[in-house]
Amino acid sequence: MQLQLSPELQAFREEMRTFFTTQVPQEIRDKVAARRHPTKQDFVTTQQILNAANLAVPHWPVEYGGRDWTPLQRHIWREEMQLAHVPEPLAFNTSMIGPVLAQFGNEEQKDRFLAKTANLDIWWCQGFSEPDAGSDLAGLRTTAVQDGDEWVVNGQKTWTTMGQHADWIFCLARTDPTAEKKQRGISMLVFPMDTPGVTLRPIELLDGGFEVNEVFFEDVRVPSENLIGEVNKGWDQAKFLLGNERVGIARVGGTKGMLALAKELARETMYNGAPLLEDRRYSSRIAEIENELVALELTALRVVANSADGKPHPASSVLKLKGSVLQQEVTELIVDIAGPLSVASFAEEGSDVPDWARVSAPEYLNYRKVSIYGGSNEVQRVIISGTILGL
Amino acid sequence: MDFTYDSEQNDLREAVAALLTRAYGDSEARRKVTKTDPGFDEKVWTQLAEMGLLGLPFAEEHGGMGAGPVEVAIVAEEIGRVLAPEPFIEAVVLAGGLIDAVGTDAQKGEFLEAVAGGTSLPTFAHAEIGTRWTPTASAVTATEAGDGWTLSGAKEPVPHGARADVLVVSAALPGGGTGLFVVQGDATGLSRTGYRNHDGTRSANVRFDGTPATQLGTGGDQTQAIERAQAVARIAYSHESVGAMDTALRTTTEYLKTRKQFGVTLNKFQALNFRAADMYVSLELARSIALWASVVQLSDGDVVTAADRARLLTSRTGRHIGKDAIQLHGGIGVTAEYKVGHYTSRLTAIDHLLGDGDFAADRLAAKVGSYPTVDPLGAPYA
Repeated sequence: MQLQLSPELQAFREEMRTFFTTQVPQEIRDKVAARRHPTKQDFVTTQQILNAANLAVPHWPVEYGGRDWTPLQRHIWREEMQLAHVPEPLAFNTSMIGPVLAQFGNEEQKDRFLAKTANLDIWWCQGFSEPDAGSDLAGLRTTAVQDGDEWVVNGQKTWTTMGQHADWIFCLARTDPTAEKKQRGISMLVFPMDTPGVTLRPIELLDGGFEVNEVFFEDVRVPSENLIGEVNKGWDQAKFLLGNERVGIARVGGTKGMLALAKELARETMYNGAPLLEDRRYSSRIAEIENELVALELTALRVVANSADGKPHPASSVLKLKGSVLQQEVTELIVDIAGPLSVASFAEEGSDVPDWARVSAPEYLNYRKVSIYGGSNEVQRVIISGTILGL
Repeated sequence: MDFTYDSEQNDLREAVAALLTRAYGDSEARRKVTKTDPGFDEKVWTQLAEMGLLGLPFAEEHGGMGAGPVEVAIVAEEIGRVLAPEPFIEAVVLAGGLIDAVGTDAQKGEFLEAVAGGTSLPTFAHAEIGTRWTPTASAVTATEAGDGWTLSGAKEPVPHGARADVLVVSAALPGGGTGLFVVQGDATGLSRTGYRNHDGTRSANVRFDGTPATQLGTGGDQTQAIERAQAVARIAYSHESVGAMDTALRTTTEYLKTRKQFGVTLNKFQALNFRAADMYVSLELARSIALWASVVQLSDGDVVTAADRARLLTSRTGRHIGKDAIQLHGGIGVTAEYKVGHYTSRLTAIDHLLGDGDFAADRLAAKVGSYPTVDPLGAPYA
């Protein structure tokens, strides 16, 4: 056993840290550090800088731009990126459709999409959830009916994150309504968001922001070469994709950064004549969160060291569950540090409330999402009790 | 970074597990053993000695195995798994550890070989009524008397204080500070009253009345050595806790799969399964931090802070798993005939011996402002 990273991995970590903190524009990283939403162009600029250095899709197969890194290297890459407040490569491209195309796509599809997907020349969005198919994804109702060499898609998707920026959508649709099991008879189609019949309605969230959308399909005609994998086998791709979605979901680096910020804010905030950081209840609360975060990071390291063939370790459900709870606890802590100032969410010029306090409550409310997306924490408990504990 | 056990460590685990399962695989056997003094099985103690486990962390020249903290952790975890009542941590890790850390070469030669051989069972007489979890002593005072010293005052609770034949005693020094002394079990002016603890182990009230004592090591204030030895013992206890939590959860899930109510097994009830899932999350986090703390010790890192981290998390998770293991069993969990409640009892005892979660949280809280983030693989741990 050994605690320290090997000299090679220490050098690797240093290389990542140096790259992220010197090559990604400070202005973009400052925005992330200040808990402001990066713009579409910020994401594109960042991902193209990363991709030019072969750092956007290291987990892909080598022939498509991957790096053949160990799970630990990927972990370090991701953690350093989060610690440096770098907007991560767009998950829809790099963790979701990219690996699916590499695994299930035909040669023509790989040639057509993979390079542009890695470089964020195409911005993808995810057409999975529907109003009546959330955690029960296989209950989806959007249909695709074959008509000559086209599929005609009708239905509705929802919670389509950043769909307003998207060029293309990857979409699950029911292609065999007569299949006995609802998981069978689903296929994966991809098409441009400006295809006639596609309309998008933004959904305003509690924080006043627009990051998710409803997407409606009305007789959307999709060429049959845009079907990924085999007809009626889309569930295999969906499972593959959702397994990848949980990787890196502990978000230890991001939460560490938020907790460091919370400490600074608590140091600057006075309460009863002393910095809030010296208030025993606050310092204890920080110590408890920080300690669980240490345990989570160590668990993540154990999981990455034991994950074979890139398949997620069953304990990755622990990472999702605890990782999301800790993210939420830190956002809650920051609202509490802001105290009465936390109400001034939409103050503009003329207000003395600092920026961080303005965004604290919206972010706290927004972060309720992290225990819901990527398989809600209740779904993770089903996985743990069923798959791991055999209950 | 490497947190995997090597083949020798796996072999050690198997051997320890085999021995302890033979002795306590049937929880009734433990119940019987803990009913009568000394609260553990002297034969098992001898077997542990024959396997070399009682000298595990000591140098070979002192009759030990020269093994490291990870090997100690493995033994502690296996002890926790079956709740073996033998005082490995109390006698070997803590009392023996102090002799090893502070004693002169002659003292190490005199005491450690006997500990490793199973012929001597030392204990650390440190706790005093009126204070808690400090590395200092005040109720027992040391006085110089000719060439040696005498001690006066009382210590309680002293783990296995009635059975131990050698007492390592902390005492307030005349010029301030806390010294460490060795008192033989048959010393004059020493009186000991042993009793049974709720978890089946033993403690004692130990009184010193001008009791002759020998200075451990070269004398002087030993507060830091005590702090460190307690930290190492806290880490070992965190592994014993992990072993106990593992069995408590396993016992609970087996029960959920077999116990029927309303015509179905309990695992048909999602409310119960979800609680078991949360127990698993607690267990895995505890396992990670306990193992890490041992590797910090191996790396000669900041063992005191690492121990506080392990203590805090195993306190929180031990309470969570201990309480829910009983709740998910229902009434049978509160009975002495059934094993699961004994795990909760032991976890509760461990939680209070060397500092509880709030104690550790306070110590960590005092430092959170002095650094921005924790890197568990970097300074001050590596």
